[in-house]
Amino acid sequence: MLYREAGQFKTRYEADMAVFPIRQDVIGIALIIAAAYILPPFLGHFVIGTVLIPFLVFSLAAMGLNLLTGYTGLLSLGTAGFMGVGAYACYKLTTLFPEVNILVWILLSGFFAAAVGVVFGLPSLRIKGFYLAVATLAAQFFLEWCFVRIPWLFNYNASGAIEVPSRALFGLPIVGPSATPLTRYYVILTIVVGLTWIASNIVHGRVGRTWMAVRDMDIAAELMGIRLLRAKLLAFAVSSYFCGVAGAVMMFLWYGGGEAKDTFSINLSFTILFMVIIGGLGSLLGAFFGAALLHLMPIFLKFGLPAMGVPLGGATAEHLTHIMTGALIIFFLIVEPHGLARLWATAKQKLRLWPFPH
Amino acid sequence: MLYSIFVDPFVQMVELPDLLVQVLWEGVVAGVLYALIALGFVLIFKASGVFNFAQGIMVVFAALSLVGLHENGVPAPLALVLTVAIMYALAWSIERIVLRPLVNQPDIILFMATFGISYLLIGLGEFIFGGQPKMMITDQLMLPRGAIDLQILGGRVTVQKLDIAAAVIAGMMVALLAVFFRSTRVGLALRAVADSHKAALSVGISLNHIWVVVWFTAGLVALVTGIMWGARSDVSFALQIIALKALPVLILGGFTSVPGAIVGGLIIGVGEKLGEFYWGPLVGGGIESWLAYLIALVFLLFRPQGLFGEKIIERI
Amino acid sequence: MAASGERRIGDVVLKVENISLAFGGVRALNDVSFDIRAHEIRAIIGPNGAGKSSMLNVINGFYHPQQGRITFKDIARENFGPYDAASRGIARTFQNIALFKGMSTLDNIMTGRLLKMKVPFFWQLLRYGPAMREEVEHRRFVEGIIEFLEIQAIRKVPVGRLPYGLQKRVELGRALAMEPDLLLLDEPMAGMNVEEKEDMCRFILDINDEFGTTIALIEHDMSVVMDLSDRVVVLDYGRKIADGTPEEVRSNREVIDAYLGVRH
Repeated sequence: MLYREAGQFKTRYEADMAVFPIRQDVIGIALIIAAAYILPPFLGHFVIGTVLIPFLVFSLAAMGLNLLTGYTGLLSLGTAGFMGVGAYACYKLTTLFPEVNILVWILLSGFFAAAVGVVFGLPSLRIKGFYLAVATLAAQFFLEWCFVRIPWLFNYNASGAIEVPSRALFGLPIVGPSATPLTRYYVILTIVVGLTWIASNIVHGRVGRTWMAVRDMDIAAELMGIRLLRAKLLAFAVSSYFCGVAGAVMMFLWYGGGEAKDTFSINLSFTILFMVIIGGLGSLLGAFFGAALLHLMPIFLKFGLPAMGVPLGGATAEHLTHIMTGALIIFFLIVEPHGLARLWATAKQKLRLWPFPH
Repeated sequence: MLYSIFVDPFVQMVELPDLLVQVLWEGVVAGVLYALIALGFVLIFKASGVFNFAQGIMVVFAALSLVGLHENGVPAPLALVLTVAIMYALAWSIERIVLRPLVNQPDIILFMATFGISYLLIGLGEFIFGGQPKMMITDQLMLPRGAIDLQILGGRVTVQKLDIAAAVIAGMMVALLAVFFRSTRVGLALRAVADSHKAALSVGISLNHIWVVVWFTAGLVALVTGIMWGARSDVSFALQIIALKALPVLILGGFTSVPGAIVGGLIIGVGEKLGEFYWGPLVGGGIESWLAYLIALVFLLFRPQGLFGEKIIERI
Repeated sequence: MAASGERRIGDVVLKVENISLAFGGVRALNDVSFDIRAHEIRAIIGPNGAGKSSMLNVINGFYHPQQGRITFKDIARENFGPYDAASRGIARTFQNIALFKGMSTLDNIMTGRLLKMKVPFFWQLLRYGPAMREEVEHRRFVEGIIEFLEIQAIRKVPVGRLPYGLQKRVELGRALAMEPDLLLLDEPMAGMNVEEKEDMCRFILDINDEFGTTIALIEHDMSVVMDLSDRVVVLDYGRKIADGTPEEVRSNREVIDAYLGVRH
C-alpha cells in the first residue's frame, strides 16, 4: 500500500528523466545508503571482513563487467585480468610516489586498466559474440602471464607477491596491516557509492543509449550513424576502469596483499560473469544482487549450515557451492533470463498496482 | 634482438632437425587432444546451435566417472559400459532440464546455461568421486605404455606408445562419426537439423530426440578424450583451463566444420609448442598459456569466418 | 520542426548513377541510375529480389557498389559509410523492424538524436549542467515526434512488447528524430492491416507536407504506391526497367511483364 505513485505528477522533463522517478524509490535508496554508513560499527569484524567488504568489491567489478556485457553486449572473459592491471598499477604507483595519497592512486589505477582494456577491445571492430570472448581470453591469459613473468610489476619481491604498504588518510591508517576492517569498509563503501552514481549517470544518458543500441541491433545502430568502434572502445574503457578500480580495492583494502596470480585468475573472471548473469544483464542493481547471491551462498554453506547443526566439511561445502551455483544459473535462466533485477522490477510493478492484477 | 627473433630459431631448427621433429610431434599430440574437445563442440553447435562451454568439463566428468567407478570396485569393462550409460543419462537430462525450457532463447542465454552445466558437473563429480586428482586406469583398459625411440635425422626422437594409440583412436573415431553422419537415418536427420531447425521440424524430425543423440555423441567423444588425456596426466578438473584452448581451435576451424576442428587443433597444438620451444625463452618462457589465443586472435582479424567458413554477408 | 507549408518539388537532391553491386557472383544491382528531387515522394518498386533493399543499402552507405557514383546534396562520394550518410541527413527504416528491443519507445526515438548530442563525456558522467540541459532539449523535440505519431501512451513501454504496427510507427519516429533531409522507408506498410496502412499513409504524407522531407520508399502495395508517390522507379533483376509518374509506369509493358512473370 505504501508503494504508490499516485499524486506524483511530473511537470518538468528533468523530473521525469530522473534516475528514480518514483519518490518511494528515492527514499528507499537513501535509507539503504544511510544504513550502510550507520550500522557497520555495530557489526563484528567477521561480518565486515568476510561479508560486506567482499560483497562491495564484487559488486563494483560486476558493475564494470555489466557496462560491457550487459549494456553494450560484448562478452568478456578477461575481467580478472583487467582487475589485475588495476591492482598492479596501484602498487607500482604507490611505491614509486609514496607521498601521494593512496586513494588518488586507487582511482587513477583504473585508467591503466582502461588503456589495457581499449587495446584488447580493438578486435571488437571485426569480431563479435563468442569470437570476442576468445579475444578477451587472450587478454586474460596474457595478463596473468605478465603478472608472473615481469618482476618489475611486483618490485622484484622474492615472493612474487604484492606487499601492501601502510598508507593513511588524515593520519588514520586506511591501507596496510594497521587499518581496521571498519575503516577499510568505509573507504570501499564511499568509492562504490560514488562510482555507482557515475555509472548510473552514464547509462541513463547519451552514452548509455548508444551502448544499448549497439547491443540490441548493431547494424541498425551503425546505419543511424553510430560509430561502432568508438562506442565499443568507450565501453571497454569505462568497463575496464571500473574493473581496474575494483582490482586495486580488492588487493589493497580487502586482501591486503598476496600473490596475484591466484587472485586474478580466469576463475575470478567467470565468477564475476556469473554474478552479472544471475543479477541481470543490463542492470546496475543486478550487479549488487548477483554479487550478494553468489558471494553469500558459499559463506552460508560454509559457516551457516554448521552453525545450524548441519555438519559440513570444507571440501564438501565447496562441492555443494559448485552444484548450487550451477543449478541456480540454470534455474534463473529458465525462470527469468533477465536475472534477479528483472524479477525485482516485476515484483515492484505488481506492488504498484496491488491489489489489482493489472 | 631481431636476430634472435627472426633468424636464430630457424637456424636451430635446421641444425637440429631431430629436435624439431620431437617438438612437432609433441605439438601434434597436444593438437589431437584439442581437436577432440573441439570436435565435441562442433557436433553440438551444428545440431543445436548451442555453444557448449561445458564440453571440457564433460571430458573430465566422463574420465572421473570411469576412474571413480573402478575405484569403487567395478571391473574396468563394466565401468566403461556404465560410464557410457552415465553419459547417455547426462545427455537426456540436459535436453530435458536445460535445453527444452530454453528453446528459442537467444544464443547467449543458452551459452550461459552451459556455464551452469559446467559448474553443476564439477560440483557433482567432486561431490561423488572426491576432489583429489586420480590416475587413469590405463592398464585395465589395455592401453599401451612405454616409449619408442626412433633413430632419425642423426638424432633420437622419443615417441610415447600411448600417444600413437591416441592419434589412431582419434582418427578411427572421426572416421566412424563421418560414416554415422553420411549413412544412417539419424545422421541424415542431424544434418537436416544443422541446416535449419524449422525446416527439419516441418518434415517431421523430432528435435528433442536429435538433441539427446547429439549430446550423447558429444559425451562419447568426451569419454574417449578423457581417457586419452587422463592417461597422459591425471584426472582432475584442473583440465578445464586447458580445455578452454578448444576455443581458439574452433575459431581457426570454424564452429561448424569437423575437418576444421581437426586441422585447427593441429595448427594450434604445433604452433604453441614451436612458439614455446623456440621463441618462449626470449621472453622468459611460459607463453604456451596464451599463445594459442593470440594465434587465433591474429587469425580472426584477417579471416573472421574461420578456415573453412564462408564469407558472411551482413543483411538488414 | 518548422512546417514548410506549401509543398513544391525542388531540385535534384540525390543522384544515383550507373550503380552496379555484386555479392560474389550474384548481381544484385546492374547499372542503375535515377534521381530524387527535393520534397518529392519517390517510390522504388519491383518483384521480390529485384534489388530494392540493396539499393537503399547502397544509398545510405552500408553496401559499397563496385561501380557507379552517388551524389547527395551536390557532393559526390563514391564510397561513403553509414556514418557519413547519417550525419549528412539520410535516415531510414527497415524491412524487418530493427528497433532496439531492450529499450523503451522514448529511448528508441532518443537514439535518433544521438548524432546531434555533443556535450562532452565529462558532463555525461555527472548528468548535470550542460548534459542535463541537452537531454531535456532533445527530449522536448522527441516529445514533438511522439505527439505527431500519436504514441504518447506507449512512451515508456519496452518496444519488444509492442504490436507490429506500433513498432513500425516507433521506427518511423526514430528516423524522424534524426531530422533527415532524405528519408528512406523500406516497406513501411508490409504486414499491416488496412487501418494501420491508412494511418501510415497519412503519416508519410504529413511528414512530406509539414516538414518538407524528401522520401524514398519501397512498397509492394500498388494502390498505396500509386496514391502516394510523385515518381516511381521500377527494378527487376537488379536492372531499372521503368522510371516515371505512377500513370506512366502503370501502363509500361515491361513493368506489367515483370509483375506477371512473362519470360523475356
